Amino acid sequence: MDEFSVLLVDDEREFLETLMKRLKKRNLKVTGVGSGEDALKVLKETPPDVVVLDVRMDGMDGIQTLREIKKVRPLVEVIMLTGHANMEVAVEGMEVGAFDYLMKPMDIDELLYKLEDAYKRKTIQEQKIKHLEEEKKLEGV
Amino acid sequence: MKRRLYANLRRKIIFITLTVAFIPLIFLSVIIYYQFAQVFRNKIEEQIEYRARAQGNAIELFLKERTAILLAMADTYTFDYLAARGKLERIFQIMNHRVGGFIDLGLIDSAGKHVAYVGPYNLIGLNYYQQPWFGEVESKGVYVSDVFTGYRRIPHFIIAVRRQENNRIWILRATIDSDVFEGLVRAAQVGKTGDAFIINREGFHQTHLRFGGEILSKSNLNPTIFGEGTTALEKVNSEGRKVLYAGRWLKKNSWLLVISQDASEEMTKLFKTKRIEIIIVVSGCLLIILTTIFTTRLTVRHLETADRKMNELNAQLVHADKLAALGKMAAGVAHEINNPLAVIAEKTGWMEDLLTEEEFQKSQHFEEYKKSLRKIEEHVERARKVTHGMLGFARRMEPHLEDVDINEILNETITFLESYARTNNITIEKELETDLPIIASDRAQLQQVFLNLITNAIDEIGKDGLVCVSSRRINSEIAVSVRDNGQGIPKEYQARVFEPFFTTKQGGKGTGLGLSITHNIVQNMGGTITLESEKEKGTTFTVRLPIVVPEKK
Repeated sequence: MDEFSVLLVDDEREFLETLMKRLKKRNLKVTGVGSGEDALKVLKETPPDVVVLDVRMDGMDGIQTLREIKKVRPLVEVIMLTGHANMEVAVEGMEVGAFDYLMKPMDIDELLYKLEDAYKRKTIQEQKIKHLEEEKKLEGV
Repeated sequence: MKRRLYANLRRKIIFITLTVAFIPLIFLSVIIYYQFAQVFRNKIEEQIEYRARAQGNAIELFLKERTAILLAMADTYTFDYLAARGKLERIFQIMNHRVGGFIDLGLIDSAGKHVAYVGPYNLIGLNYYQQPWFGEVESKGVYVSDVFTGYRRIPHFIIAVRRQENNRIWILRATIDSDVFEGLVRAAQVGKTGDAFIINREGFHQTHLRFGGEILSKSNLNPTIFGEGTTALEKVNSEGRKVLYAGRWLKKNSWLLVISQDASEEMTKLFKTKRIEIIIVVSGCLLIILTTIFTTRLTVRHLETADRKMNELNAQLVHADKLAALGKMAAGVAHEINNPLAVIAEKTGWMEDLLTEEEFQKSQHFEEYKKSLRKIEEHVERARKVTHGMLGFARRMEPHLEDVDINEILNETITFLESYARTNNITIEKELETDLPIIASDRAQLQQVFLNLITNAIDEIGKDGLVCVSSRRINSEIAVSVRDNGQGIPKEYQARVFEPFFTTKQGGKGTGLGLSITHNIVQNMGGTITLESEKEKGTTFTVRLPIVVPEKK
């Protein structure tokens, strides 16, 4: 499996840290931040491949953050993480452009599968864009 | 408290209605009665007055006729002719033949000597010079006497006329047949108690009374109370009875014809009318009372029912509100619990990850650790199910479409109710058709529909029985039937079971909303719900839902 980078966004510190450790153990490049604002900062500097975004956070909530992410980095795939209560919000997130959603507490393997899928989609999208750009270049020539 | 309020209201309405209805009714009936009584009395008075006048005229005519014939005889013949033997007899016969009513006839000379006489008594030769009437005839020419006993000691009255023949004055005198005269008077007697008699100016009876009144006895009536001509009046007699009298003056105001009538006898008709009126008024009042009480009760009962329904509806709304609030709280609580659960899950996961490292594998308690972690995970999963259940409950409030497997919902609902059924010794049997299509519908609402139907079936049985839940595909519909082997629903109720607030459950056990809500939900989904019921054999409710294919995602 290709190594890809993941950004975890969750204001529940314990959850965030443990999950980071577990993903690192599974050979993913993981960074973690505790708020939407921080996530956007990280995204501008070193954009990850996939973002795992908690829906319910203090400050900027999941949907807002998602919108911003899609503005700044439209190619970055986002998996929404939700307590069951805001499943509607998670679904709304999908409409805005999230890749998928998961309900807390979730199974680590399930998360991994989704992460891989998301990364695959990202690479496919990037390749498509690359092709398009190359075709443009060729046309330009 | 409420009960007393209604009783008060009922009393007030009844009181007001009765007052308003009774006062005019009673007022009117009293007025009508008195008016009627007045008219009736006037009528009776008029009648008796008329009779007195008519009979009076007849009597006057009788007297006039006899006076006239006497005068005619006196004028026609001379004294000498009449005094001759047999002549007076002849004239008497003519007179009695023509007009009748004479007892005897006598010729009296100016000295008062009875010169000739025809009649049953031996009166020839008697001298009348001393008799009071003699002077009257001499001076007035015509005289009709009051009743007197005279020579023969029998009450009678006479008519006498005077004739002046040259210088000679003589008198022709006749006695009136009392029987004929009294018959004439008696003709005016009416009814069982009515009387007719004549009294003179001094108040002495000139004719017999109907009930034992002697001629020439003094009357209880004072003749002066009667006015000129004919008058009627009411008097209380010696026995304390009201008597109507009509008086008519006769014979130049010297005799008074009195017609009497017991007022009560005539008034019986009026009393009969009064009785009828009282019966009508009383039965009218009774009718009003009954109607008022009946309608008031009906109205108040309607009010009570409406109020009760309103209360039930309110309770239902409050209940729904509570549920919504509870749902919100459940959602909040579930969320708050989910977060720590997520942390626990991650921590355990991490610990499991760590256990894969070598140093831990050698640990003496490796298996113990691993088992404990499994247990923790298991219980986290259990808690997660609980919180998800709570969230599902919260989401039940709002309808929305999702992919629904009818059999799954049925299984879930039955699982939920199984223990409840088992405590009542009721078995729930399933006949579910496999590979039913997945449809787009509202899971929570469908769950409520099946929950209602199965709960009803269990309640219908009560104890010991069988509920059979079946699902099958029929053309473009999925049919779900819930059958029980309870008492069955009576025919007359079958059409009403879907009405709101209709319940066959005993007081307090059901609100009567369950089936109407169920009906509404099914209808909103574009489905139908029907029931078949047979007495003693049980009831089957069948829900048919259109197969709506979910959109591809």
